[in-house]
This record gives sequence, C-alpha cells and structure tokens, in this order.
Amino acid sequence: MSRHEISLTVNGAEAKGEVEARLLLVHFLREDLDLTGTHIGCDTTSCGACTVILNGKAVKSCTVFAVQADGAEVETIEGVATEEGLHPLQEGFWEKHGLQCGYCTPGMILSAKHLLAKNPNPTEEEIRWGISGNLCRCTGYNKIVEAIQYAAEKLRNAETEEARQEVSA
Amino acid sequence: MIPGAFDYHSPSTLEEAVALLARHGDEAKILAGGQSLIPAMRFRLAAPEVLIDINRLEGLQYIREENGYLAIGGLTRESALEESPVVQQRYPLLADTARVIADPLVRNLATVGGNLAHADPANDHPATMLAYGASVVAQGPGGSRVLSIDDFFTDLFENALASDELLTEVRIPEPQPGSGGAYIKVERKVGDYAISAVAVQLRLHGEICSDVRIGLTNVSAVPFRATEAESCLEGKALSEEVLEAVGQAAAGQCDPSADLRGSVEYKRDLTRVLTQRAVTQAIARAKGGSQ
Repeated sequence: MSRHEISLTVNGAEAKGEVEARLLLVHFLREDLDLTGTHIGCDTTSCGACTVILNGKAVKSCTVFAVQADGAEVETIEGVATEEGLHPLQEGFWEKHGLQCGYCTPGMILSAKHLLAKNPNPTEEEIRWGISGNLCRCTGYNKIVEAIQYAAEKLRNAETEEARQEVSA
Repeated sequence: MIPGAFDYHSPSTLEEAVALLARHGDEAKILAGGQSLIPAMRFRLAAPEVLIDINRLEGLQYIREENGYLAIGGLTRESALEESPVVQQRYPLLADTARVIADPLVRNLATVGGNLAHADPANDHPATMLAYGASVVAQGPGGSRVLSIDDFFTDLFENALASDELLTEVRIPEPQPGSGGAYIKVERKVGDYAISAVAVQLRLHGEICSDVRIGLTNVSAVPFRATEAESCLEGKALSEEVLEAVGQAAAGQCDPSADLRGSVEYKRDLTRVLTQRAVTQAIARAKGGSQ
C-alpha cells in the first residue's frame, strides 16, 4: 500500500520522512523523530494526551495521518520552551502544581497555548471549556486552571510591557 | 491501534477528487476531518482500500448567506461555526449544536459535511439539519445536484449520495421573521455522544407556532424527525397540555437502544423532557427576536 515522502516543520526545524499512509502523526513524532514528549493515552480520540498544534490549531495527533501533515507546521511540547527558559504556561504548571503524574501535561499545555492565542484573557469557565478535550486523572483540574490563569496573566503583562517599550522607543 | 493499510490520494481539485471516487467506487472513503473515520479505522471497524483526502481542496470552507440560505462549505470545521458571527447571531440552533459536538480539539478538525455524510444517528448535525429543513449539494462526475435533508439519511451510516458523489455544501434556509430554534443535549461527559438530544426550529405568529420541525439525536438507528411531536405543536399556542403532548409524542416515536448510556425507558423519558425544554427555549428565542 502507498508510501509517501513527507516534509514538514516541527518546532521550527525541517523534518522529513518516508511514511506508510496509515502511520499516525503521533507515531511519526514519537518513533521517527524521537519526540516522545507527545504522549499516547487512550488511542481512541478521547483523552487529548497526544495534543499538538498543527497549523496553529490544537488537535489530537492520534487522529491525523502523518501524510496529512506534509507541508504543515507542527508544534510539540519540545518546542514550547525558548532559549530564555520555560514558557509562561510551563512555569505556571510548575508554580501552581498543575500536574501530578504529568502524563496529560504536554497535551494540556498545547491545548492551553492554542486557547490563549485565541483568547488572551479567558474566564475560568472559558478555560475549563478550552481544556475539555484533555483528560487529567490526578489534579481534579483546579490546579491546571490556576496554572493557565497564571500564564495568561504573565503573557498579558509581557505584551503590555512590550507595547510600552515600543511607545517609548 | 494501527489502521489497516490503504492507498492514499490527496487531490488538489474537486474534479480530481470526484474522478478518484468514480474510479474506486465503494472501495474508497473520503477523508475530511477524519475524527470519526480514523478512530473507526484504528478499531478496524472500517478498512477502506483507498482514502481520498479532501483537505487540500480549495474553496470548500466558508459560511455565508446567499440566495436566501446560509451556505456552509462541506469542509468547514466545526470550530469555524463557533467563531462565526452570522451563526452566533442568526442561527442559534446551529450555534447551540456547534458548542456541544465532541470536544474543542476534535472540533478543530471535524467538518460539517463529514458529520452529516457519516450518517451516524449519534452525531449532532443530522438532527439540527433535519430541524432546519436544510439541503445538501452533492458533486458527481456529471455535475451537482441538491438533495433535501429529509431524503439524505437512508440507513445506519448510509446516506443518499452515490458512490461517486461528494458532499460539497450544506444549505440552511435563512430564518424568517419570528423564527426560533434550540438544541439541547445531555451527555455523560464532554466528548461523549448524546444520551439523547433534541433540535427544534419553529416560527411564531403571535402565540401560534408554525413550521415546527424537531430532529432527535441518538435515539434511533437512522437520524429522524419526530413528526408526531411536530404535529402536536403545529398551529397551536404553547400551553402545559400542548407541551406535555409534544414531549409524549417524541418519547413515543423515538426508538432508542439500551446501552451503557442508559435503558430504553430512561432514554425515552429523557427525550420527552429534552423535547419540552428545547421547544420552550425555541419559543423564548422566537419571542426575543433572536431567530
């Protein structure tokens, strides 16, 4: 059955591969690219552990074929931190104890990242709906919501500061 | 879980996609959002030999009012409905539905066309589109044709499209003055299918209801309209007696199966209650002027 050459951008770097059509994106990321931060939880499109950002939108990478991502931009948890350090979301999960076992965390962070890109100042209810495709069996979600609130505030403050500097410059 | 092997095609034009469908017939499946198809393939409930991925086709993602209806491109993502001002302002039944389909991650990929063409009575759009009296546009090798949604669902997971036809557009009639609608769904948790859900669309002339259409989700083998419940409300003003009759009729006409979501009796009674709530909400919206 058909095999395909694919070329995509993963966390800003070019990635290539020759894949069988039936290979799922999550398996390509984990097994071909060794990006094992993207977890496989339920394998049934239910839990969101495998969430990545595909062309700007948070999706379940177990429910996309790798061949569909040809030419796409993918962001995984490995691409979230920058050279300056942790992303405010990662910092928030640390500061607010947004994880216990950590299995759902990469997916939670990428869902939250997409949410905050669309809505920088979400209400608690909007956060809860925003992460409703991601299951956590440890925290009861409260700490995760606090972690996302922490990150939202920090990102908003950073943006205000940037705007201020632009005005003064 | 790994899907079975298949040949993958990613056409760049509609003509090419239809030609591939015509060539491969029943061996081929269209891959749109993939949020139902890929899980089914992983469970090996579906094992198509050929997948025709339509995600690279241009011009199938849009939401616009034209010629008296709301036209929705077949490949429009569910998340686009949630973000569409025209849907949020003028099509509350559709807005209600878009919010409760699966979960936000699934809605980023899942498509309106796929939700209908999959013809799963547990999906949410069939009931909604039945209540709207929508139609769908099918593109085949010889051109396109328009099908009424009332004729679209033929059996469990079966629709009226020919094997060489692709669903390219859904058309919802623009709401007339005094219209109102609502979709009310009860699910065990976000992401699950409905235990039962009810879509209502109607018009009010003073206190009198007309053009009543009621679609039910996941309480039958084929998506269907609760026509007997519609008749109980058509031409009448809402009263406690009428509301009771509407609910009873919907409960009587549905045909749920017992499963992990509940017994037949429970689902029937839930359908009765949800029908009453959706009718009440639709009428309130019709009075409030928000279609």
